[in-house]
Amino acid sequence: MSPALGKDLIGLEPLSADDIRLILDTAEPFKEVSERPIKKVPALRGKTIVNLFFEASTRTRISFEFAEKRLSADTVNVAATGSSVQKGETLVDTARNLEAMRIDMVVIRHGSSGAAEFLGKRIRSNVINAGDGRHEHPTQALLDLLTLRDRHGRIEGLKVCLVGDVLHSRVARSNIWGLLKLGAEVAVCGPHTLMPRGITELGVTVFSRIEEAITWADALNVLRLQLERMETGFIPSLREYYRVFGVTLERLERAARPLTIMHPGPMNRGVEIDSRVADGPHSVILDQVTNGVAVRMAVLYLLAGGKPELADAAKRGAGAPGGTTE
Amino acid sequence: MSGERTPPLLLRGGRVIDPGRGLDAVADVLIDDRRIAAVGVGLGTPDGATVQDVSGRVVAPGLVDVHVHLREPGNEDEETVASGARAAAVGGFTALCAMPNTDPVTDNQAAVGFILRQSLRAGGAQVHPVGAVSVGQRGEQLAEFGEMVGAGAVAVSDDGRPVVSSHLMRTALEYARTFGIPVADHCDDPTLSAGGVMHEGLVATRLGLKGIPAAAEEIMVARDCLLAELTGGHVHLCHVSTRGSVELIRRARERGARVTAEVTPHHLSLTHQACEAYDTHAKMNPPLREEADVDALRRALAEGVIDCIASDHAPHAYDEKEAAFDDAPFGVIGLETAFGVAHTELVCGGVLSLPALIARMSTAPARLFGLPGGTLAPGVAADLVVLNVTARWTVDAGRFLSKSRNTPFQGRVLTGRALATIVSGRVVHEGDPAPGPA
Repeated sequence: MSPALGKDLIGLEPLSADDIRLILDTAEPFKEVSERPIKKVPALRGKTIVNLFFEASTRTRISFEFAEKRLSADTVNVAATGSSVQKGETLVDTARNLEAMRIDMVVIRHGSSGAAEFLGKRIRSNVINAGDGRHEHPTQALLDLLTLRDRHGRIEGLKVCLVGDVLHSRVARSNIWGLLKLGAEVAVCGPHTLMPRGITELGVTVFSRIEEAITWADALNVLRLQLERMETGFIPSLREYYRVFGVTLERLERAARPLTIMHPGPMNRGVEIDSRVADGPHSVILDQVTNGVAVRMAVLYLLAGGKPELADAAKRGAGAPGGTTE
Repeated sequence: MSGERTPPLLLRGGRVIDPGRGLDAVADVLIDDRRIAAVGVGLGTPDGATVQDVSGRVVAPGLVDVHVHLREPGNEDEETVASGARAAAVGGFTALCAMPNTDPVTDNQAAVGFILRQSLRAGGAQVHPVGAVSVGQRGEQLAEFGEMVGAGAVAVSDDGRPVVSSHLMRTALEYARTFGIPVADHCDDPTLSAGGVMHEGLVATRLGLKGIPAAAEEIMVARDCLLAELTGGHVHLCHVSTRGSVELIRRARERGARVTAEVTPHHLSLTHQACEAYDTHAKMNPPLREEADVDALRRALAEGVIDCIASDHAPHAYDEKEAAFDDAPFGVIGLETAFGVAHTELVCGGVLSLPALIARMSTAPARLFGLPGGTLAPGVAADLVVLNVTARWTVDAGRFLSKSRNTPFQGRVLTGRALATIVSGRVVHEGDPAPGPA
């Protein structure tokens, strides 16, 4: 257990700016591992990790799995479909059974806000939140921060606007906390039906018009619009959403300077984002995916007890987590 | 209730508070033949009487809780009429109203009779059944109020759910007027609150939980006030939780509408911040609101705009609350903490005098629901409580007589508790209910 981060990574809200910087700095040396012909270091050799996904996910699960495997951990994937969860087993029983199998870490994604914290309080293993309801998705925000830092050389003073369905977005909440803690200015933009109550009290500016947001921002993080939001009456139609809030090339071209474009994926091309923008020169959407593996390696390494200053050594294959304590 | 005659009981030298008669003085209370025989200074001791020195203690009419969920029939592992009646006695209550959202629903005279029979067997606080407004609480067809009242129901309510149809609420108020009973409504517009699990506000936003806006309650409060005016019926608003509701009630009463209201100890003492860390013991409906709401509720209670305190005692099994916040059921228990919380927060907190608190927890609720009790007038059934208002104690759910443990007050230090509870002259609770392990 790393004293720097505590036992679990539940969200960015409880972390300090130094904690977040520590994770980002630790991710740097791990980036290079994925560029090697043999993409493996022994940092988590002998550790067992369960990826417990109660919600469908492709990108996040694969990213975690690569991060784990590249650190030499033994991993098991548990999807809610076909597991005992569907037979009515409660979250707490699932947790206890995993604990009984002496798992070192659990990566959990769950549809209920608070599920990761619930699990973390009930088992001794490290718990990493891979997205809980609308609460937080901390590793996504960390990879967003790393990508912004790569692009702009800094986070402090940067103007970042989250565009779209903030109400239902755990990515938005984690980004807001991470960006504010590192000194960025944060705004949100979207229809008021998709803005949570009290959002301005978090220290966030609200734009009703995407044109204003584009004029203001250095970077846009375009959130995925869940297609069912239309059926549940938050927006009248996807067509109108794109016309009013779509991040289009025409709108961006009117800005005085180019904006960095991010998207946590998976994208709805032509709904929240124009394909020409997503694939354009200022899009860092695929860099986000690349950085995701490095950030998750850093989180796994630190929670497993890895010393930040040994991350470089771990990368060279010399160190194991906890240094000499293993 | 055996016919055998118990010896007279003289409670000597207590501070006797009877808000209905404006009495607050050191006096003796004599109980004989299950009735209050006399209240006065220096009463003589009748032959064979038991004398109890209660100097330094408070003697008051027994507390009355008009909003309790017992889980019998249907979920007897969570609460039965007997366990609820005993828990109530420990809390200083001599009477409670049992809400009809049992399984099956208490929506007919036979079901009402069952609750009453179980109550007579239980021998704790008296249990007064509340019948359903609609058959099966489905919000469609009126239940048989007349027969239920004949069998012993004291009010009707679909609590647990709101009466969604304004037409049904109107007819319920008109029909209930025929029998002189209140219609107790759980005010909630389900189209606004659907899927919500806590108060809509900053805490919900941070926790990523779906909120229930204050307007979901206030819209129904406003509607019920208008329907009370329209019909002349008596609407009783359950567990009012927002400052907006308070203002609506105040205005309706100024216009002369027969609107009464209750508030729970938890809404008087906790805010939505209790939901931090996804504590499911702070999940209830209506949800815990904001500081400004708590302040408004306290003021309204002091001014009498809100008539009474009711616990909304809602037992749930341990497993059900040991879940993600979204998945846990709404509700907390309150019978054994209601007086302690209310006394600590309101009397020690300088919001109400002790006689005013007794009025809000005994005199007023008894009067609103037409129940016996709520007074120490000579000749009435001896339903009374002896309170120790200086006792400091720590809430330990493990020692509750309720079958459930879902309290948001676990570990709280409270001041004031019931020392003895007497129902129809019979002592149903005395001292510490369950001494801890040595």
